[in-house]
Amino acid sequence: MLKSLTSQLRTIWTILQHSFTKAETVQYPEQMPYLAPRYRGRIVLTNDPDGQERCVACNLCAVACPVDCIALQQGVKEDGRWYPEFFRINFSRCIMCGMCEEACPTNAIQLTPDFEMCEYDRSNMVYEKEHLQIAGTGKYHDYNFYRVSGLAIAGKDKGQAQHEAPPIDVKSLLP
Amino acid sequence: MPTITIDGVAYEVEAGRNLLESCLSLGLDLPYFCWHPAMGSIGACRQCAVVQYQNAEDNRGRIVMGCMTPVTDGAIFSLSGDKARHFREAIVESLMLNHPHDCPVCAEGGECHLQDMTVMVGHRDRHYRGRKNTHRNQYLGPLINHEMNRCITCYRCTRYYRDYAGGTDLAAMAAHDHIYFGRHQEGVLQSEFAGNLVEVCPTGVFTDKSLVHDYTRKWDLQSAPSVCTACAVGCNTIPGERYGRLKRVHNRFNAEVNGYFLCDRGRFGAGFVNSDRALEFPGLREADGRYRALDHHDALHRMMDSCAAGKVAGIGSPRASVEANYLLRLLAGTDNFAPGFSDAEQDLVNLALRLQQQSAAVTPDIRTIESADAVLVLGEDVTNTAPRIALALRQSVRNKAYEMAAGLRLETWQDAAIRNLAQQQRSPLFIAAVADTPLDDVATRRLSLAPEGIAALGQAVAAGISGAASATPGSTSGEAVDIVAALARASRPLVIAGTGCGSAAVLQAAAEVANALCSSGRQAMLCLCVPEANSLGQAMLAGPKAPNLGALEERARAGEIDTLVVLENDLYRRGNSAGIDALLAECRNVIVLDGLDNATTSAATLVLPAANFAESEGTLVSLEGRAQRYYPLFQPREERRPSWVWLLACMKELERPDVHSLHHFDDITRACAADIPALAGITAAAPDLHYLNLGVKIPRQPSRYSGRTAMRANISVHEPKQREDEETPLAFTMEGLNRSQPGALLPWVWSPGWNSNQSLHKFQTHAGGPLKGGTAGVRLLHPGAAGGHRISDITAPATAAASAAPDLWQLVPRPRIFGSDELSALSPGLAELVVPGFIELSPADAGRLGVATGDGVDVGDGIATLEVRVNATMTTGCAGYSAGFAGSGNLAPLARVTLQRAANWQRRPQLIGSDRGNGSGSSHV
Repeated sequence: MLKSLTSQLRTIWTILQHSFTKAETVQYPEQMPYLAPRYRGRIVLTNDPDGQERCVACNLCAVACPVDCIALQQGVKEDGRWYPEFFRINFSRCIMCGMCEEACPTNAIQLTPDFEMCEYDRSNMVYEKEHLQIAGTGKYHDYNFYRVSGLAIAGKDKGQAQHEAPPIDVKSLLP
Repeated sequence: MPTITIDGVAYEVEAGRNLLESCLSLGLDLPYFCWHPAMGSIGACRQCAVVQYQNAEDNRGRIVMGCMTPVTDGAIFSLSGDKARHFREAIVESLMLNHPHDCPVCAEGGECHLQDMTVMVGHRDRHYRGRKNTHRNQYLGPLINHEMNRCITCYRCTRYYRDYAGGTDLAAMAAHDHIYFGRHQEGVLQSEFAGNLVEVCPTGVFTDKSLVHDYTRKWDLQSAPSVCTACAVGCNTIPGERYGRLKRVHNRFNAEVNGYFLCDRGRFGAGFVNSDRALEFPGLREADGRYRALDHHDALHRMMDSCAAGKVAGIGSPRASVEANYLLRLLAGTDNFAPGFSDAEQDLVNLALRLQQQSAAVTPDIRTIESADAVLVLGEDVTNTAPRIALALRQSVRNKAYEMAAGLRLETWQDAAIRNLAQQQRSPLFIAAVADTPLDDVATRRLSLAPEGIAALGQAVAAGISGAASATPGSTSGEAVDIVAALARASRPLVIAGTGCGSAAVLQAAAEVANALCSSGRQAMLCLCVPEANSLGQAMLAGPKAPNLGALEERARAGEIDTLVVLENDLYRRGNSAGIDALLAECRNVIVLDGLDNATTSAATLVLPAANFAESEGTLVSLEGRAQRYYPLFQPREERRPSWVWLLACMKELERPDVHSLHHFDDITRACAADIPALAGITAAAPDLHYLNLGVKIPRQPSRYSGRTAMRANISVHEPKQREDEETPLAFTMEGLNRSQPGALLPWVWSPGWNSNQSLHKFQTHAGGPLKGGTAGVRLLHPGAAGGHRISDITAPATAAASAAPDLWQLVPRPRIFGSDELSALSPGLAELVVPGFIELSPADAGRLGVATGDGVDVGDGIATLEVRVNATMTTGCAGYSAGFAGSGNLAPLARVTLQRAANWQRRPQLIGSDRGNGSGSSHV
């Protein structure tokens, strides 16, 4: 009896103490909360440091997506780069889990701290590539997939990527 | 059966296999690269290392290669021993030293054997800090992409290309770590089977070029079991679709038919599915000659009105399914149904069917062809008419090597040892043809003979085998004696002929040879090639008494046909254009069902868009009499419907009593089987639509199929219910079970940890063996059942007996693998390899006409003008023409025609090697 009374009084005291702590909630939207750069909100597609689109349409984001809300089709540009002919995210399905960002081998797809995507019409939640693509590099400033990859593109021949030796002359017998 | 111990567990394994095969068959995962079930072992990659112990006391053991180790009773191995595991990991690490960081932009990614094996051995961190070797790629033609940086030097490509497929222009070059797999210079790969490199290469060095430029990962492909429609062999395929486009065709294993390999016509020839010539709406010809698109109700009513109003005739098609043809036969009536062959071909196909039904010889499947120890090919250029058989013949000539190996007690999988032992010694292969064939390099002898000469040779051989040599004049010729001797020595002789050379006498002679061999007590085989995917089924359906196109033309002229229904058939490929023009003009209504726009649809009054093989279901009967089912992999666009749906709907509207009880596709199959005795077996070709695999349907989509909630979100964000498939046991979803179902229902191969096509062994009874669910298809021909009729009792159709005047040339068909088939020639990649129509002449004949290669020649009375090619191996007096090509539709086989130099002929500009690469700079860097 005494024990349970003590417990109840202690609980009331703890709750009363909260009256004097600072509130975690803010008066959104008058007051905007702080969101860290790695917050998982609206998805964007970024460019590499040279200003070319980073996405190579490898489909890893699409297969990693647990709600299957990413669809794209690969194409090959004149200069040899792979790129998405279309890239569509159905944000009305997206759960902002960030798996696509984790899967992306080129740092192209990134989640941003923007979460304010309210629409009266669900079809406006379907974002195509032109809605997703941004001009900058996003969170990762230096990475350029084609500097690492062995695929030759215009302006980067075989043997010119990082850690690559010049192409072998097949006709040479020298070691 | 020997018992071996692996990691302390005793297993019974099959004798005569190597340890790697045995492990895979037992379900144990042992990584490998260079071994291939169809090509045996050479122990090049060192990846399948295991520890072998001398005896139970031995606790050190030694590393051996699984693929080079025979299983012997009492042997003790360890797969998971540290020594072997570290060894395997080190091997993958060394293979990965120069491997580029390409997976995201590699067309092999997601179905890459190298990825799978790297994950399997647990290699993660690269320790080497040096620079990666790089290579320049080559342009290898419009079909195959080359990315040499990715090579792990397993040698599978050259072993396949040179040793298995007999190609000469792909080789391993240079030395040590400069090694390079490619051609001596850029250019189109010459082998007709080069496309298999895509599947043979364990990584992304060789990839499907059309797929690279319109790429979809394996896990995103919706696929269904299908059958190749490009020739009569009936290879099993797995086409893959995404976003309504056919992306690629892969091999579907069938132990008795195609095994692991397809030809390039089959692999790259399905691109016509995506053609912009595809018809999407029904069209009605207006009074002013223009077409007006209709909706399907309107179209159906117009079709119904035409069919109800007057006398109906139907022309079927040897490229359409048995079911669609059967419905058309019902609609038009048996007497008014032409099977849709050209007149000459109809007789030949009927004869080929008769001969196979009556012969005592076995009608071989491809696996049986590979077992033949002596082969006689009469008149047929199989590489160009039934390519997969040519690949099988290349294996059959190796039986000599296997015989020698058996003498030394070498195991059959000891590939390098057996090849070294046999060198150039081969089993006999004799080819009699009008000119050179691509199989000449492995032939004991190739004879250039005119069709009559080939038939005479066959008769002489038959007589020689029966021992009546002295009675038949000409049988004493050296060639015939050699062939008789070779066939007499063989225990499993094979005779191949076909409709490809256009001569009934040759078919008959081949059957005589096979029968003579059977009479002398040998297990002889007789393979008669027919031209198209369902030619034999069509002959079975229509029967020998069916009218041909000529007969219909006469009836049309007599006003006996009001409505002509043409099913998936471009008639201008089947007869001379004047006759077809007359036939189509004399009928008041010409209703054409077809998938692509062609000359016949242009002449029609009503066109109904028919779904192609990738959008519909059907049964095809291959040249060995195997009925096989293909299934739709995606829904047809717009108003396209399978032909059987159009025909069934029309007959239902007409309230025809014979289709009262037909509702589903399976009902038509059953009705056809009940109606046509020769086709009675087709219901067993595949399970019907009620088949459930442990309570669920079979999924068309792999379990990782992505993008389902976004694919059509641009059309509507509201997702419709997945379409239910009401006609087949397959589902348009990823739900279901792709395991242990019948072999005819295998939509894709994948197994946990095995993402590449190497996962196939998980679906086989043992590695390299038949599928667990049984071999797909059912054989309709039961050879020998007739008890060896005398073949000479079967009368060959009379051929035009024109006298061999000196100024007339005999036209002989020279089919080409790329171009002779109607639809595959429209596929973008193959279309680049299709040469213009041609006339081949011997140098003597060319000299007489005063023409050289590249000049034009007028054939007959202005029926065609074609480019001349001088071929030193061509039989003098014969003019080989490009059969099946545009521009040679008016030419009939064996016709005797005049030739003369064309007056106003523009020579084509000469294309030299360096012209080719220039346009596609990015593709070959």
